[in-house]
Amino acid sequence: MTSLFEVMPAETAVDIPVRKLTVNVNGKQETLKVEPRLLLAHMIRQALGLTGTHVGCDTTNCGACTVLFDGAPVKSCTMFAVQADGHDITTVEGLASASELDPIQEGFKDEHGLQCGFCTPGMMLSAKALLTENPNPTEDEVRWALSGNLCRCTGYQNIVKAVLLAAESLQHQEASKDEGETL
Amino acid sequence: MYPSRFSYEAPTTVKEAIALLSKANGEAKVLAGGQSLVPMMKLRFAAPQILVDINNIPGLAFHSADPDGTYRIGALCRHVDLEKDVELAAQQPTMAAAAPVIADPIVRTRGTVVGSLCHADPQGDWASVMSALGGSIVAEGPNGRRTIPCSDFVNGPFQNLLEPEELAVEATVPPPVGTRAGGYLKLERRIGDFATAGVAVSLELSGEQVVRAGIGLTGVGPSTICADAAAETLVGQALDQSTIERAAQLASDVSQPRSDHRGSEAYKRHIVATFVTRILSNLQSATEQAT
Repeated sequence: MTSLFEVMPAETAVDIPVRKLTVNVNGKQETLKVEPRLLLAHMIRQALGLTGTHVGCDTTNCGACTVLFDGAPVKSCTMFAVQADGHDITTVEGLASASELDPIQEGFKDEHGLQCGFCTPGMMLSAKALLTENPNPTEDEVRWALSGNLCRCTGYQNIVKAVLLAAESLQHQEASKDEGETL
Repeated sequence: MYPSRFSYEAPTTVKEAIALLSKANGEAKVLAGGQSLVPMMKLRFAAPQILVDINNIPGLAFHSADPDGTYRIGALCRHVDLEKDVELAAQQPTMAAAAPVIADPIVRTRGTVVGSLCHADPQGDWASVMSALGGSIVAEGPNGRRTIPCSDFVNGPFQNLLEPEELAVEATVPPPVGTRAGGYLKLERRIGDFATAGVAVSLELSGEQVVRAGIGLTGVGPSTICADAAAETLVGQALDQSTIERAAQLASDVSQPRSDHRGSEAYKRHIVATFVTRILSNLQSATEQAT
């Protein structure tokens, strides 16, 4: 199957100009030429090869394609790539550092917060946005924050536990950092 | 799913955006949050030749009260901006109640209030809120600005009174004549679904007496319903059980729900009456506590 991105350069040139954009993806500057109708999700998956971002429903319902756009969760199937010009994108590949997983990823691993795993990247990025803003959420706040992400396997129980565990370990990290500073 | 091809414009001033719209002879659409427009383009219900993205225009992402009490919401004010404003409940309680129940949290980070009003979905939540509040849309075109009351603004499903070269720059709510109170309740099968039924209530009180009232109904008719008779019956009264029951009955009577997979006609009428009663009863006890 050929992708839209691959076939585009040959077909477009006629009257619709291809636009050049520069976008910061997971801390790396990327410069691309795209047709305006290319969706952000397809740019991420096909042009940049970051296939951790999943396209589920393709109709703005499921949240599997969630990425962080300047830190805020957005459905990347519901934005055009050209809109990301000059902005920062974080995908699931941007969560872990070279040496260790993000506490949210650890949480999903330890609490078994997934079954098939399709919704997981979107879930983790929604969780990331929540914990950045509210490091100590209640269970209710976690459920509300994840209510735009659908999971058809788990019944959400372990996903919620995973996010709460991540919040806890982030707080331990902060606490030990503070302790380190006072010593 | 891929939309039809279009050219993309990203103006940085309102003037430039209007010039692009004027040049397009009705073939352009304005892209704000895009949370309804982009899905419609992907499904090819909409196929604009030109997309005018207003997200790069500074100065449109505001919501604030003027010194005279007029409340203004800019074209790039997103649902989440209202949801996270802790002072909004005191200034605009009906809006503050509605903002957290629009769509889902991810859609709320992009979608805009003014965009929703322009999209004119018959099931849209903001239209009920704005009709309860007596709000207006401010449209700017090549010949300047004009104000269109929200009650006239929508002239059909997904249709509004904007001229092709006009941009909706803000929504406004007139200054209150009393202390504002209000609420929004919505029943949905799951988060992100359209409302099975929704009720917006706005009251302005002088002491315990209602001096102005508005009630808007979501999802129980071919378009947003202004329950004017129900609102009128509250004016000049203090909230008590019989007034509340009368308003709930009148709101239920004026709704025009259809039986569908979300519920039967009778069920939806019952929800309307229940929600009107619930909001007004809550406001009644809050008012009694305050005075």
